[in-house]
Amino acid sequence: MNKVDSIRAMREKLLAGRGGGAGTARPQEAGVVRKILEKHGRRASQIIAILHDMQGVYNYLPEPDLRLISRELDIPLTRLYAIATFYKAFRLVPRGRHEVSLCMGTACHVRGAMRVKDAIERELGIKAGGTTDDMRVSFETVRCLGCCGQAPVMVVDEALVTKLDHLTVGTTLEKYR
Amino acid sequence: MTVGVCADTGCRACDSVNVYEAFRREVARERLRKVEIKATGCHGYCEKGALVVIHPRGILYTQVKPGDVPEIVAKTLKKGEIVERLLFLDPATGKRIRLEGEVPYYKKQMRLILGNNSRIDPADIRDYIALEGYEALRRVLEHGKPQAVVKTITKSGLRGRGGGGFPTGVKWDTARKARGERRYVICNADEGDPGAFMDRSICEGNPHSVIEGIIIGAYAVGAHEGYIYVRNEYPLAVEALTVALEQARECGFLGKNILSSGFSFDISISRGGGAFVCGESTALMASLEGRPGEPRAKYVHTVEKGLFEQPTVLNNVETWANVPKIILGGLDWYTKIGTGDVSTNPWGGSKGTKIFSLVGTVRNTGLVEVPMGTTLREIIFGIGGGVPEGKTFKAVQTGGPSGGCLPESLLDLPVDFDALTGAGSMMGSGGMIVMDEDTCMVDVARYFIDFLKDESCGKCLPCREGLRALLEILNRITEGRGKRGDIRLLEEVSEGVAETSLCALGGSAPNPVLTTIRYFRDEYVAHIRDKRCPAGVCKPLLRFAVVSESCTGCHACFKACPASCITGKAKEIHVIDETKCIKCGACYDVCRFEAIAR
Repeated sequence: MNKVDSIRAMREKLLAGRGGGAGTARPQEAGVVRKILEKHGRRASQIIAILHDMQGVYNYLPEPDLRLISRELDIPLTRLYAIATFYKAFRLVPRGRHEVSLCMGTACHVRGAMRVKDAIERELGIKAGGTTDDMRVSFETVRCLGCCGQAPVMVVDEALVTKLDHLTVGTTLEKYR
Repeated sequence: MTVGVCADTGCRACDSVNVYEAFRREVARERLRKVEIKATGCHGYCEKGALVVIHPRGILYTQVKPGDVPEIVAKTLKKGEIVERLLFLDPATGKRIRLEGEVPYYKKQMRLILGNNSRIDPADIRDYIALEGYEALRRVLEHGKPQAVVKTITKSGLRGRGGGGFPTGVKWDTARKARGERRYVICNADEGDPGAFMDRSICEGNPHSVIEGIIIGAYAVGAHEGYIYVRNEYPLAVEALTVALEQARECGFLGKNILSSGFSFDISISRGGGAFVCGESTALMASLEGRPGEPRAKYVHTVEKGLFEQPTVLNNVETWANVPKIILGGLDWYTKIGTGDVSTNPWGGSKGTKIFSLVGTVRNTGLVEVPMGTTLREIIFGIGGGVPEGKTFKAVQTGGPSGGCLPESLLDLPVDFDALTGAGSMMGSGGMIVMDEDTCMVDVARYFIDFLKDESCGKCLPCREGLRALLEILNRITEGRGKRGDIRLLEEVSEGVAETSLCALGGSAPNPVLTTIRYFRDEYVAHIRDKRCPAGVCKPLLRFAVVSESCTGCHACFKACPASCITGKAKEIHVIDETKCIKCGACYDVCRFEAIAR
């Protein structure tokens, strides 16, 4: 993790001097991508790990950077697209500052996760998979976080919230709005 | 004295990290030199987190908060007294129980694999070594020829814990004999079944037991490279395994010339990308090679041509963790646990223990490890304490999305690989989800097919299109648009999907539909013919209304309604405006007078 942290720090340093918006080309960040590629020995078989690290830096997979990887590792862009869309962990659009992931595993389902989902959607005013207009919160559903003993559960920015209830979940989310 | 604080994902949600920190602070402040505080892996009794066990006596404190710590330190650690109020309260007798081993939940289990979780700090290899860790590896490298190890595992009757139940020794033997430039071993930690988390808990709580198993397996089949493929949703497991591998390397259990035996082997970790199908062996290997995880037909087995076209042994986390136990305990001991006779036929029985994640609407949720052959009733009622809040048991779902729902009448079924398959379900990786009267079985079938439709990789037509067709019919039924003949249609499509799909995902996908039709046909009929959901789950079939005789005008439903569709003043009968009702059920849940009908 330390390497990712150092890459993240490097990126923040790079971004500090300018107001680059998401999705625009950022040639000066080629260093970030190259550093990740070096970490994985520039091996094409490591592409999933490479994309994980990239997303760890940007919180999504920006197109210019994917194009750069395609050139550097000689992997067709179509294949990168196939991988990025096949695996749920990857996303091609930026997400909000806070991420809410509600577990829809079986244990959560039988303990009322559907109703919690409806309540969150009402509270945030977006559907699952969406991001609020102010880019503050993204909400998605996931399949089993493996904490079935305390179902229903959700993860808000890496913190696990357990034993959810559709009557009270709105209050829990208030501080992220 | 050792204080083991559960710091697993589940207990962390109950503030266990702060409990751990509080112990460290208090013990340092009181200068208790002989007390060691450990942040351990999952103890299994997730319902009662945060859990604290004090060894050597084995005192168990449940639901510990950071604020309770000074009292525990002052009383138990300094004076040896018990803090009564934090002991487990047995609901059956109303008495407090002191020791971990005497709590009914643990007493009825046989915790071969999970038992050491409360004694080990997963980030310290010395803890594992102190409990005979890496002793099995040493013995194998010093005395055992690779063939002898394979033979031992075959004779033990160990079968794959990931769901397939294939004899591990047979798999190893084929891989050992297969031709190839090099061989690979893989640990499948892509625990995708919703409702199962035993592999996560083993990886987070006792990672070295898995690593030791993998090294022994690699030695037996002649592999020099290994992979652990971990699910993306399990960041803590990745961390625990990374630390454990690093320490195993430092100690000379991994790397070149392991324990001066001349055998070299190393393991790397690969993170998954959040795709359920990657739990399938060929899909997992495709993913390891850096491709989308699509399975292939297995007319050539992966033990002959697997990862990078080389002979590959892939076993599940729990299977690997069993290996050192078998080597240390010996065949006589291991084959006494479980069912059947495996002395001549490795398929002849189910040996050893199995870990189940007992979850859903059951009183004691958590991880349960029992000998093979234990009945479902013993697990759900004996250990799990039955269904809470006076509700009645309806079904238990085993085997994840590929498994089935079994009714009350089958609760005396012994749990092993063959008995569950015979009943139309399967062991799977060990998820056991208990469902009560408030669970709609048609909705459960719809839920699983919806899950599998999303997770189908789309490579073969029967799975891709068949599941979509099944979902369409199930959606129709749960929305009150079911037609006569829909049940027959479901059965027909199911048969097609099961028979003709490429991999096990499609092959077992119809199980939830077929078992719910087989055991809960009346619920399907109620939905299709009477347009009624007996459990009150399927929204389009629900109508919420106030029962005026029971309404006290307490105003609770008025406050709870998010759609503001309830009118009425305090102490007057309330009314629900059905045109505005979003059927969220909030009023039903807050009403204490049973004055809301649905």
